[in-house]
Amino acid sequence: MEIILAVIVGLLYASGIYLMLRRSLVKLVVGLVLLGNGVNLLIFLLGGLVRGKPPLIPDTATYLGQVYADPVPQALILTAIVISFGLQSFAIVLIKRTYVVVNTDDMDQIHSTEEDDDY
Amino acid sequence: MKHLTFRTAASFLLPLLLLFSVFILLRGHYLPGGGFVGGIIASIAFVLHAFAFGLGQTRKLLRIRPMGLMPVGLALAVFAAVLPLFQGLPLLTGLWLSKPIPVIGLVGNALLFDLGVYIVVLGVALTIIFSISEAV
Amino acid sequence: MLLAVLSGFIVASFVPFLGKLLRGKWSFLLTALPLCLFLYFLNFIPQVSANKAALISYEWVPSMGINFNFLVDGLSLLFALMITGIGTLVFLYTSAYMKGDRYLDRFYGYLCIFMGAMLGMVLSDNIFTLFIFWELTSISSFFLIGYNNENSDSRKSALVSLAITGLGGFFLLGAFALIGNISGTYSINEMIGSADALKGNGLYPVIIAFLFIGAFSKSAQYPLHFWLPGAMKAPTPVSTYLHSATMVKAGIYLLARFTPVLGNVPAWNNTLMIFGGFTMFYAAFHSIFKRDLKEVLAYSTISALGMLVFLIGLGTPDALLAATVFIIVHALYKASLFLITGIIDHETGTRDLAKLSGLRKVMMPVAVAGALAMLSNSGIPPSFGFVGKDLIYASTLGSELGAALVTGVAVITNILLLYSSILAGIRPFAGPLPDAYKTVHLPDWRMWVPPLLLGVGSLLLGVFPGLIEGGIVGPALLSIDPTAPAFHLQLWHGFNVVLALSAATIGGGLLLYLLFKPSVGQPAWVAGLSASSPKNIAGYLSRKFRELAHLWTSLSQNGYLRIYVLVIISFLTVLLAYKSFTEVKFYVELSKVSPLTSAEMVVMFILAAAVIYVVYTPSRLAAVAAMGVIGYCICLIFVFYSAPDLAMTQFAIDTLTVILFVLVLYRLPKYIHYSNWLIRIRDGVISLFFGTLITILGLEVLNEPTSKETTHFFAENSYALAKGKNVVNVILVDFRGVDTMIEITVLTIAAMGVFALLKLQLNKYDQEL
Repeated sequence: MEIILAVIVGLLYASGIYLMLRRSLVKLVVGLVLLGNGVNLLIFLLGGLVRGKPPLIPDTATYLGQVYADPVPQALILTAIVISFGLQSFAIVLIKRTYVVVNTDDMDQIHSTEEDDDY
Repeated sequence: MKHLTFRTAASFLLPLLLLFSVFILLRGHYLPGGGFVGGIIASIAFVLHAFAFGLGQTRKLLRIRPMGLMPVGLALAVFAAVLPLFQGLPLLTGLWLSKPIPVIGLVGNALLFDLGVYIVVLGVALTIIFSISEAV
Repeated sequence: MLLAVLSGFIVASFVPFLGKLLRGKWSFLLTALPLCLFLYFLNFIPQVSANKAALISYEWVPSMGINFNFLVDGLSLLFALMITGIGTLVFLYTSAYMKGDRYLDRFYGYLCIFMGAMLGMVLSDNIFTLFIFWELTSISSFFLIGYNNENSDSRKSALVSLAITGLGGFFLLGAFALIGNISGTYSINEMIGSADALKGNGLYPVIIAFLFIGAFSKSAQYPLHFWLPGAMKAPTPVSTYLHSATMVKAGIYLLARFTPVLGNVPAWNNTLMIFGGFTMFYAAFHSIFKRDLKEVLAYSTISALGMLVFLIGLGTPDALLAATVFIIVHALYKASLFLITGIIDHETGTRDLAKLSGLRKVMMPVAVAGALAMLSNSGIPPSFGFVGKDLIYASTLGSELGAALVTGVAVITNILLLYSSILAGIRPFAGPLPDAYKTVHLPDWRMWVPPLLLGVGSLLLGVFPGLIEGGIVGPALLSIDPTAPAFHLQLWHGFNVVLALSAATIGGGLLLYLLFKPSVGQPAWVAGLSASSPKNIAGYLSRKFRELAHLWTSLSQNGYLRIYVLVIISFLTVLLAYKSFTEVKFYVELSKVSPLTSAEMVVMFILAAAVIYVVYTPSRLAAVAAMGVIGYCICLIFVFYSAPDLAMTQFAIDTLTVILFVLVLYRLPKYIHYSNWLIRIRDGVISLFFGTLITILGLEVLNEPTSKETTHFFAENSYALAKGKNVVNVILVDFRGVDTMIEITVLTIAAMGVFALLKLQLNKYDQEL
């Protein structure tokens, strides 16, 4: 399972970066989302995969038993998920705004802030 | 999307989802859940309502602007964080009422902090979604 | 005490609010500030002359040894009195000189800041506060030189002086750090105790080299002197205050201050003598060819500073005494000459020596002041300058190595300086009055009284040098050289070699003045020298540096986001690949791998298919739908592997994200293929390669035993300490609560950003495009 998950993470990274290298602004954001998912899964994978033992202390105990899923990466990913929502929505809106103002989706046409382009 | 079935469903779903989100928030300390998830579920409830009845209706229902929720939540969280300072304890020390309150359970400043997170997340999600759907 | 030092800053912060008042006729009221400070420091004289230095401490950053320790001893008192005394006159002078200026309030603000910084610098006992004040003087000087900011020359000069003094400050910080490390204390007073350790340390040459660069940059020693003539673009009160009387003496102060700590070593003395000696001759030589009054003064100031460095380099008690006296002498006459130049400029509108003459007929008191200053500058009895010059010759004659040579250099320098003092102090007033200046009249009293006061002061101190002998000069000398013997200042020493030298100097200077007419101008061979002058070299370097920076920027910052991403990713890929090939043995321990169920298999397959679909689909809507699928699949993975919190959050967020995309999508452009297939293949190869590396890396890390200390801590204590049973939630709201706090703040900022982007219409910008 770990092997397949690692391959999936690699796939998410590859496609995320491939999309970020496109000239289209929309693809940039899509790539960003994929990359974010890839990172989350990577952290999850590195924390170790444990089946059926969530980091919850049973009613009868006062601490976690011997085998349990690592709560630290989970806490990290939880915040990462929520933060990436904020990031993604900001990016989406920024793109929309850029599109309205500059009227192009092509990043090569908006790469310079200078009025008279000498490139 | 303003189909009758959807509307009827949405009007029932709103209180149900809200209740569910509060439930998720409260149980977060013992079982899966917490402020983040609770806040998002609550915002989904309002977004659904907005889809069914239109944004104006939802805003009326909310009464306050979602932007206004963010500072409230932040203030609550900060308050919960500095509360121990007044008792001479370090920042964010856990403080708990000695007896559990019925239904809610054991109340402490951690819950207050989580409530702050809940409100901020709700405010953030609603602000984003509402601004976007109004601007589009 | 703290109040006294900070009062400049406090007043400066109020100045903008009093702008209207200050621009009016009440501006001279600010003179009260330096005057009060001057009186305050006068109070210290009895205490200090009894050889009891006053140390006043305020804690600032005690944990790092940085405190506001103010030490009032002879040396700092001398400087404090000079700063506030001349400050008083300059403040008064400014109120008339700059009358009606639009930004007079701002100007006064800068002046106050400068005065505060300067006071802080000379009074600090802690080297780090000293450094901070040192830099503050550079910064306030930058603003004052660039005060006429509409003038590009002015801006350029300000920049040059900031660059040079800033560079010096940088080296100074290095020197201070080394000194602090070796001596183990940041207090200059305590350092004297570990002077031997410092001198014996292997880094001693580095320390003094850095210290010298700092001091030389500030005190305009060759080859870092060229910012000072440029700084004359500043309004005259600034030139008077900063660039002749106080700030440029900061380097001298520094050298004097560190003489007991680092001095009396051949490397220290010889370096200072060589640089100081060369500077004083070089600058004095240049000063006689200048035709602009202010430039004459600028070069003669550099020369005088060189003289001071030279004297400190000599290092004998005699020489240090001469230096102490000469600091006072120079401050008095040079400030006076600058103020006079300012008056001439203000009234006639020119500083060209060729045009000015006969002004005594219209402004007698100014002419008197000029004559007095010139007397002191030339060292003609009975001025205080004569006392100073006597001491200088006495000390050079007593020099251990090459007394004849150093005395010769000193005499020649003094002859040249005498010539330039006649240029500045006498020439504009002598001769017939041209018709053009018939209507020129005496300026406001606030302008001509200060230089006259200074001139009278020089005369008074010359006749009665005992006035400051025990109160100021003596303690100052003792703080430079604690073992200096007692001395007696006097005008008349009887007929001896020193007197002969003085007479020769005066005679030589007068002869030079008669033979060499300034109107001849700069001979060609002097102009030829300037091609290789430090100023031109520095200018060339800075131009080349800018070209290099431009080249580099256009190479690395070309403005294409994807090129940045490409470069970063390729670099990372190469790095990772190199490391994994050389140092990582790739293997996967199959026994540790958890088995795969059929449900998981299906989820994985759907996930992979969805990812590939997102990349290839030409439809945006399909891409968004596929992204939703990816999100839900990840959610299922969280469910399979014991992360219920994550699953819930991922599910809810994914729903919201899809809604968001759908809302915005209709307004976004359709997918367009901009790139050709070659570029796409290139990108594809790079990203696939990177993805593979990440996979390998992930598997590799899995095999490494990881430390789970924090995990165990949380697992064991989450109920015991935080009364929670959901460990993930406990981490979020309790153990790592501050992180969560910051996170929700970030979220709020993101939401406000979205709101601002959408709701605040950028009307102007919209219309433009």
